[in-house]
Amino acid sequence: MSEQQGGPAMSELVVEDLHVQVGGQMVLNGVDLRVASGEVHAVMGPNGSGKSTLAYAIMGRPGYEVTSGSITLNDVDLVELSPWERAHAGLFSTQQYPTEVPGVGLENMLEEAVEAAGGDRSAVEAQVAAEAELVDFDPDLLYRSLNVDLSGGEMKRSEAVQLGVLRPRIAILDELDSGLDVDALAAVSHRIEQATHEDNLGVLAITHFSRLLTVLHADVVHILIDGAIAETGGPELAAQLEDTGYDPWIDTRAESPVEIHLGGDPWP
Amino acid sequence: MIETQFTPDAAGAIPGPDWLARRRVAAAEQVAAATMPSVEEEVWRYTPIGQLDLSRYQLADDGGGTSTASVPEHSAMAETSNGRLGGVELPAEVAAQGVEVRPLGEGDAELAASVDVDMFALMNAAFSVEPLLVRVPPGVSVEGPIVVRHWLDADGGAVFPRLIVDAGADSSVEVLELYGSADISAFISPVIEIRVAAAARVGYLAVQDLGPKVWHIGSQVSHIGAQAHLRSSSAALGGEYARTRLDTHLSGRGATGDLISLYFGDGEQTLDFRTFQDHAAPDTTSTLLFKGAVDDSSRSVYTGLIRVRPDARGTNAYQTNRNIKLSEDAWAESVPNLEIENNEVHCSHASAVGPINSDQLFYLESRGVPTETAERLIVAGFFDEVLDQFPVLEAVPAVRDRLQSKIEGLGHRGVDGETGS
Repeated sequence: MSEQQGGPAMSELVVEDLHVQVGGQMVLNGVDLRVASGEVHAVMGPNGSGKSTLAYAIMGRPGYEVTSGSITLNDVDLVELSPWERAHAGLFSTQQYPTEVPGVGLENMLEEAVEAAGGDRSAVEAQVAAEAELVDFDPDLLYRSLNVDLSGGEMKRSEAVQLGVLRPRIAILDELDSGLDVDALAAVSHRIEQATHEDNLGVLAITHFSRLLTVLHADVVHILIDGAIAETGGPELAAQLEDTGYDPWIDTRAESPVEIHLGGDPWP
Repeated sequence: MIETQFTPDAAGAIPGPDWLARRRVAAAEQVAAATMPSVEEEVWRYTPIGQLDLSRYQLADDGGGTSTASVPEHSAMAETSNGRLGGVELPAEVAAQGVEVRPLGEGDAELAASVDVDMFALMNAAFSVEPLLVRVPPGVSVEGPIVVRHWLDADGGAVFPRLIVDAGADSSVEVLELYGSADISAFISPVIEIRVAAAARVGYLAVQDLGPKVWHIGSQVSHIGAQAHLRSSSAALGGEYARTRLDTHLSGRGATGDLISLYFGDGEQTLDFRTFQDHAAPDTTSTLLFKGAVDDSSRSVYTGLIRVRPDARGTNAYQTNRNIKLSEDAWAESVPNLEIENNEVHCSHASAVGPINSDQLFYLESRGVPTETAERLIVAGFFDEVLDQFPVLEAVPAVRDRLQSKIEGLGHRGVDGETGS
């Protein structure tokens, strides 16, 4: 939730040697990433590679314990901050399956968020209406409880509205394309790309399939295998994935000694 | 044997019709012979009933002041103060419909059904000074709620309000009862009888916002006739120990009862609910939704029983009780029960006690809503489902505001010294 007016400021999310433990098990084993303003990064990986853990750890979800390494946004150390403080620092995240919050409306939540960040809550209503129009989000749905009785597409349009109002510096999109139709995916992706151009938003898009990248164009693609970045490249890496799947990288990792204690049953 | 000033002589000295005086004395004799309830009895389990010392209270004398609780637009209104009936406002056009709002009189003996579900209901039968009747003739629809507003300001007083709602066949009425008090120590034991004749529709809402040193032990007994509908609801916000027992008898074929309540405990409050959904006729439906929150070192108890009698085939009965525990020292008990004596029924119950949902909290926080604000939003949202189903829509905004003021205290009461405003 940036307060900057006028020209979009430059920001950088830096993840260094990030190790994260969930439920007593190591899931991330040294992730390095840098996402700067205006860039779209995709993190791709097979199931269980730690993609969602990466998203949650950056946002600070309770239970995702950073055991070593760092996460900074514009040199602000995020690791010790609560999720709402990270949001105020300029971070935003979408969830694969957004949580239902009965009895709490979109506008009400955004008003509280904007006010807490020192913004003007009275401006929120008009911003919500404008953003809803941009992603074709049915205005009637604005008055429903957050994510309650919404389709997958409606939920993601709702999250795009939130992003548009909050104007974060960096957005983490966890499986943006799961559970929504082609039209909704196009509308939401378009709004996000627009934010990267007009508002200098930096994006970290986490996805299993390269389908997302046909509508949300990545500048950089990272392959995440067993909790670490196995390779980083340009959009061609996603094209290669389309042909080969994750096997080439998994085979490589299988020879690594690190693999021995990873990915197994926590209760052997 | 209970030695108090609540004697048969005291009951007999209360003015009123002869039949009522006889009934009072008979009830007082039963009270005198009764033993005090104890937590050994299942129906009093988890309660502070052992701390009740009736000798601390005496029958309140004449009425005191009047409530300042806001009253919505209404069709008629009655006020009590320390159990005494004050003014009754019954506009001529409502009276012309045959609607009655008045104390029980000489000819009302047949209305005095026995609802003596426990010792306190018996005490009410013995010591209710001016039982109030709200009667709607068959076929009459009353526009706007009939309001009964109660006020207590006699320190050490014991009051026993009694309300009889008698809705004739195919009539329609909503009744709002408001309970408030000064910051005094008092004992209030109301009884509400609701009779919903065939095809009648009754909405009832009680808003209990008594002071923190008042004990409230109340009963509501309703009988719902064939194809009739009762929507009975309450918001329990005040009281030191506040208990409501609801006995809902679905007596006529096709009867429906919806029981909807919310409660919010803070400080040292104990809020206690005992519900009984009694399906005595075929094709009857009851839905119960009770949602509560307990903060600070408050406690809540919910125990509910659905009973389906042998000939109540085609019953649909649902019971849901959900509780949010907002502090380490708060405590909520939830005990649902089913007793089914017919196979052709649909029954379900659900109960839960837990902290604020951490996924919901994370979602709001991840948008930049600070933790305490997010908690308040979630708790308010939790109660929305109940408020949305309340009858007497005119009264809901005031309930929402009062509830919100309790929610605003969340994290600011500083009971354990970790937080403070």
